[in-house]
Amino acid sequence: MKTTSELKEIASQVRRDIVRMVHAVQSGHPGGSLGCTDFFVHLYFNEMTTKAPVFSMNGIGEDLFFLSNGHISPVWYSVLAHSGYFPVSELGTFRRLNTRLQGHPATEEGLPGIRIASGSLGQGLSVAIGAAEAKKLNNDGTTVFTLHGDGELQEGQIWEAAMYAAHNKIDNLIATVDCNGQQIDGSTEDVLSLGSLRAKWEAFGWVVMDMDGHDFEAIASTMKSARAASGKGKPVIVLMKTSMGKGVDFMEGTHHWHGVAPNDQQLADALSQLPETLGDY
Amino acid sequence: MRKFEITGNKDTRSGFGAGLLEAGQKNPNVVALCADLTGSLKMDAFKDAFPERFFQTGIAEANMIGMAAGMTIGGKIPFTGTFANFSTGRVYDQIRQSVAYSEKNVKICASHAGLTLGEDGATHQILEDVGMMKMLPHMVVINPCDYNQTKAATLAIAEYDGPVYLRFGRPKVPVFTPENQKFEIGKAVMLNEGTDVTIVATGHLVWKSIEAGHILAEKGISVELINIHTIKPLDEEAILASVRKTGAIVTAEEHQLAGGLGESVARCLVRNHPTPMEMVGVNDSFGESGTPEELMTKYGIDTNDVVNAVLQVMKRKG
Repeated sequence: MKTTSELKEIASQVRRDIVRMVHAVQSGHPGGSLGCTDFFVHLYFNEMTTKAPVFSMNGIGEDLFFLSNGHISPVWYSVLAHSGYFPVSELGTFRRLNTRLQGHPATEEGLPGIRIASGSLGQGLSVAIGAAEAKKLNNDGTTVFTLHGDGELQEGQIWEAAMYAAHNKIDNLIATVDCNGQQIDGSTEDVLSLGSLRAKWEAFGWVVMDMDGHDFEAIASTMKSARAASGKGKPVIVLMKTSMGKGVDFMEGTHHWHGVAPNDQQLADALSQLPETLGDY
Repeated sequence: MRKFEITGNKDTRSGFGAGLLEAGQKNPNVVALCADLTGSLKMDAFKDAFPERFFQTGIAEANMIGMAAGMTIGGKIPFTGTFANFSTGRVYDQIRQSVAYSEKNVKICASHAGLTLGEDGATHQILEDVGMMKMLPHMVVINPCDYNQTKAATLAIAEYDGPVYLRFGRPKVPVFTPENQKFEIGKAVMLNEGTDVTIVATGHLVWKSIEAGHILAEKGISVELINIHTIKPLDEEAILASVRKTGAIVTAEEHQLAGGLGESVARCLVRNHPTPMEMVGVNDSFGESGTPEELMTKYGIDTNDVVNAVLQVMKRKG
């Protein structure tokens, strides 16, 4: 187990990786990646039981993670690399021709840690439910985790999956929603209001929990509660409050940095706010 | 033209149901998912034999495809079942990203394909599904011709590792291929050797082409008839070998001309051995309500349409 200060050090490095990766190719999605960094760091370093750095596609006997909002691939790639799935230096190939680190996560190039392509939104919950059903058939008591964007919940397939999971008692699944209130065209409130997500998911038959996505101790205790609520006939969803662009002051709390890369000056400004803790790639 | 013994009159979807049950008996990793059409897809026998391996998803096809992709990650071999329309057009993006691009071992099994579902009309009569599926990299596309071949195909795809689209139909049609045949994915079946013209047919048009072959034989035309059950990958060698002999070709299918078997054959021929060619299929039109036989006649995919296409291509033959 990592201490909170160790997790914070990793998170600082991951955030540096994110802005450097996106800056290097002048494309990619820094806002959501920075906002979910603390969650990813907790998940991979203190939560999931995996066989890292060894990767097997079938994931039998391992906790699994599916990223449904695939555009925040930079944070996932950085955390996977720091977990040992592939060399950290490979982060420098992000979005470049012949890379395994595609703009959106993919399996075709065989990047360890990725089990399905994502990017077209709304599909990850269904995939995770399928993987959870397979675990039940295999008598594999490990857990399936997912992450979704809040804007992504506008996709209808999410609610097909939500209905299925409750009806079929998919209780080896812990879904998380990145509630940053932002999407490409503006705030979720302005674009297409989500209403009360708690009321919606509860009405669909899920156990709903709230979590501060930037407080490592809150993340740990909520995930502990989510695990405790598992195995009791209901799927669990965690509504994680985050700030888009977290850790870089001028990127925080705005949808502007959803899919925009920093220029040289902005990169320098961002890096000055993020201590290099594990060494840049 | 050789005679084919008709051993029964059955729907191809029942061949799928029988094949699925047997695949489930052979391999405990075979699982089935259905979107509220268990009876129509003939999946009842599998459901009854293996209730713990059968997943009712309700009327939620997108979730069904995504779940199937996820189940492969635990080593399962999922067969999804719904009508061809809801198996393809409704869930194209789910298949594209979660199944084809992700190279997942999902078998998308689609009944009621084409015009011959009949009276339900054009909303359900998909004639574009082969085109959509064959355009996807990694996807295998299979359209068997009778009960026995559909059963054999179902067993074969359970043993193949990769995404497959298996298309079959609703109406009862003659059973004329052997029972317990070996099904080789991507391997054309030579039904009749001939010298004047090649007919390449798939699905329900295979029997129509046999009927056409007998009519043409009476007119003194020797037909070489090839059953293409696998539209992708296409058995180009078999087609090229045949046209090198006959010098003319007709394709026949229950699908739009755009995107169908004929188009795949044409692509092969223009690049390798340009040959006078005619195509029997639906020409840029939706269907409508009617009996299967009425619809096949009205939309130009009946026995006589195959005969006429052969007569036409014979005129163009040098």
